[in-house]
Amino acid sequence: MSNKINHSMSLAKPDALDITTKQKIALAIGFIGLFILALALFNTNFPNEGLFLTISLGMISLGIIMYSREAYLTKLEGIKNDGVWFKSISSKGTWGWILGVILTTFYIVLYFFPQYLGLGKDGAANTGLIQLFDPLSKLLSGRPASQWFVYGSLYTIAILAFGYKFILKYRHNRYQQIRTGSVMFFQLGFAFLIPEFMYVMNNDLPYYDLKSVWPLNYYIFDEWSVNGFLSNGNIGLALIIFGILSTFVITPILTYKYGKRWYCSWVCGCGGLAETAGDSFRQLSSKKMSAWKLERWLIHTVLVFSVVMTVAMVYTYLGYDKNNFWLTRGLFIAFVIGFLSLVFTGVMVFKAKELGKDAKYGAIGFFIVIALLLIMHFTGTTDNVFFIKGATLRSAYGLYIGSIFSGVIGTGFYPILGSRSWCRFGCPMAAILGFQQRLFSKFRITTNGGQCISCGNCSNSCEMGIDVRHYAQKGENIVRSSCVGCGVCSAVCPRGVLKLENDSMDGRINPTEILLGNDVDLMDLVNKK
Amino acid sequence: MEEHIVIIGNGISGVTAARHIRKLSDKRITIISAETEYFFSRTALMYIYMGHMKFEHTQPYENWFWKKNRIELKKGYVKNVDTSAKTLHFAEGEPLTYDKLIIASGSKPNKFGWPGQDLDGVMGMYHKQDLENLEKYAPNNKVCKRAVIVGGGLIGIELAEMLNSRNIPVTFLVREDSFWNGVLPIGESQMINRHIKNHHIDLRLANNLKEIKADKNGKVKSIVIQETEEEIECDVVGLTAGVTPNINFLKESNIELGRGIKVNPYLETNIQDVYAIGDCAEQHEGINGRRPIEAVWYTGRMMGETLAQTICGNRIKYNPGHWFNSAKFLDIEYQTYGWVFSERSCPDYEKHFHWKHEDDTKCITVAYNKDTRAFLGINTFGIRMRHETFNKWLTEKRDVDYVINHLSEANFDPEFYSHYETDIIATYNKQLKIA
Repeated sequence: MSNKINHSMSLAKPDALDITTKQKIALAIGFIGLFILALALFNTNFPNEGLFLTISLGMISLGIIMYSREAYLTKLEGIKNDGVWFKSISSKGTWGWILGVILTTFYIVLYFFPQYLGLGKDGAANTGLIQLFDPLSKLLSGRPASQWFVYGSLYTIAILAFGYKFILKYRHNRYQQIRTGSVMFFQLGFAFLIPEFMYVMNNDLPYYDLKSVWPLNYYIFDEWSVNGFLSNGNIGLALIIFGILSTFVITPILTYKYGKRWYCSWVCGCGGLAETAGDSFRQLSSKKMSAWKLERWLIHTVLVFSVVMTVAMVYTYLGYDKNNFWLTRGLFIAFVIGFLSLVFTGVMVFKAKELGKDAKYGAIGFFIVIALLLIMHFTGTTDNVFFIKGATLRSAYGLYIGSIFSGVIGTGFYPILGSRSWCRFGCPMAAILGFQQRLFSKFRITTNGGQCISCGNCSNSCEMGIDVRHYAQKGENIVRSSCVGCGVCSAVCPRGVLKLENDSMDGRINPTEILLGNDVDLMDLVNKK
Repeated sequence: MEEHIVIIGNGISGVTAARHIRKLSDKRITIISAETEYFFSRTALMYIYMGHMKFEHTQPYENWFWKKNRIELKKGYVKNVDTSAKTLHFAEGEPLTYDKLIIASGSKPNKFGWPGQDLDGVMGMYHKQDLENLEKYAPNNKVCKRAVIVGGGLIGIELAEMLNSRNIPVTFLVREDSFWNGVLPIGESQMINRHIKNHHIDLRLANNLKEIKADKNGKVKSIVIQETEEEIECDVVGLTAGVTPNINFLKESNIELGRGIKVNPYLETNIQDVYAIGDCAEQHEGINGRRPIEAVWYTGRMMGETLAQTICGNRIKYNPGHWFNSAKFLDIEYQTYGWVFSERSCPDYEKHFHWKHEDDTKCITVAYNKDTRAFLGINTFGIRMRHETFNKWLTEKRDVDYVINHLSEANFDPEFYSHYETDIIATYNKQLKIA
């Protein structure tokens, strides 16, 4: 029999997939809420926008909440994955593709054609969907809404409502509940409310989501951003110092202690959306070896691009005739090269063995970056780097990586590529954190001796496409740079084999060929090699 | 020409042997299976029916793995084994010669001669074909209005969970007066009884199957219970009363058979260059108090690892370490380390300490020698424990007081979970005082 069996192997559609009457009502409520947004999009003029916005967002949330309560609270606590691969929406079926197309279209319009959402140009009043959000924006910060405010509001609602769903789904698992509470808190507070309040207090400050760290936050060192901070006295200075500290001090310390999960699945907004709204699609990520290879090339290429781009940007504005900064170009380049060399030497001296074959690729990558920076320094004119305008490089990054990769593909393709394709293939922040997690962190997923039965639930539910089973069935701990520590592999394991832990660095990676439970001499014998 | 190793069976035992032989040598390796083209995890079949995974997800290795590691795969049913000519004959196609033969043909579901046991709609839950059969006869609760499961063991409760996931009503006939109480101590067994009922499964304890009745098309119509003569209408009957070595194809051969294929501690049969591992192998005498036939995933894997050494020139005995196992009863995970016997098979010196959480989904039983107070083993339900720690304690021959007082070191639950060690120790101390 071929492996390409039809969806469920069933002759009839399995009945368990039918939803209850309550769930149908919940869906109706949610879709009416969405329909109001659709009407607004097509320029329906609502008499009282504030009221209709409240009704719309309220109904969407209510629909999700009712649906989830009916789905999970009517059953005993436990793993709730029944029918995931039967449902069209979560198994790349028709509904999955339709949703993918809708999301992708939304992102394209959002990034490239905000006027279709009703953004008023050159100070003109908003219309359409964005106009509908004006009352909320005015309430929070006193200014009219923008496409980003609309996006931020919907994003926050998605994380909160689907976060609630996730908490119910895993109501027997406190790690999942607390972690989800955390991403909900950071999205609502740090990404949504605090920036609005900061604007109220000081409307010259650039938008700053405090938890968004460079290089994920690729615009923080842009000229307008840095100027914005520096022209705003002590608070601005404090913020930009905090930005630098988050990248170079806070992040490494937390990653050492807890692994990259402290950020990726507890704090980050992209991760937050993937873990909540994207949860239904986590099983779609490819576990193939080929996907892993692609991942490693792609994500590190983006990292190199983002480092070079940022340096080039800063370098460009440091070279202006009227340089407002104490930092000079030469000093800056020397500082960057010095820092990279320090990291590189440290890794090669202490960790080359652990990297194995990858050490070579790492070295090549490092020298390419250094070479690029030096070429830039010695060929650069005031506003050209590599004979390309620094600003061009920056806008290319913003377009291809910041918009198309992270938004259009990363989120739009949730129902096709799984919920974390941006985190896995593109995020430069994830690349840096992962690099540290792999080499210098106390975090690992411990495998419980010989208890694995190779069932594959762990690999199936890994949103980062890690073949968890490959390690677990050999009794090996999982120490992978891409692991975001969501803990779902451990949650769905039917044999209690996996545990996320922060423990000592010794024995963290344990390549064993023979599993516990066997004769001790045999273990010695096989592991010798 | 390299020696040709032929393995019958592509389950965990055969595949483990093949992988380790490849690691140690350049021998030619062929794996034969009549069931599937590629190795899959049998324990995961249930999740396909439940929609947690697709069949391809139960395959631990990608399809290119076999070619890359020069492991040849042959789909075919071995009809008989001619050991004198070292040749395998198939139901169809050319025969195949071997230099060394490893038989890892696994098990098949038990059938105890019940009337109607071969009707359409009656099935075990062991092979991939059983799953396909279940999809055919129980795709939903319209086609299958009720299913009856006969036999209260690990496969039976998994089948009940599967059917439950599609809202198919289940009647579960268990011969014993409490679920799996030939293995589990009574406190645990009764907790699982209650858990099964909480899932709305119609559990019938101390009930045996008398016969299965057919409709006019030769399909299951109903079953009759021996004790009460009650007739229950159903569309599917699952026979899950244990498994038996799958060795019928060897009946004509010279290989010595008992219930399984008789092997010595080196996993060698009576015929030179023929070996047997996994579920189908039967030791002349159980090793270290184990059963002669061990139909468990983990032991199959260990036998495969051991035999690979022997095949590659380092002849060693199958000598498993401390017993361990695991299972899941609907939502309750179960792990065991060392030996904990049920009341029915408990030796005189074995005494138990039992603790159960008030929510009725977590409990542990610690077995110890009442004379020496040596720790013998632990059953744990709803609390994950660390294999390595118990393996160490068993090797160090710790006493029961040490184990109870250090239980927190063995905890393997996810972070932020509630811990119960304090309560367990308090209960233990209270019981000591009473005793």
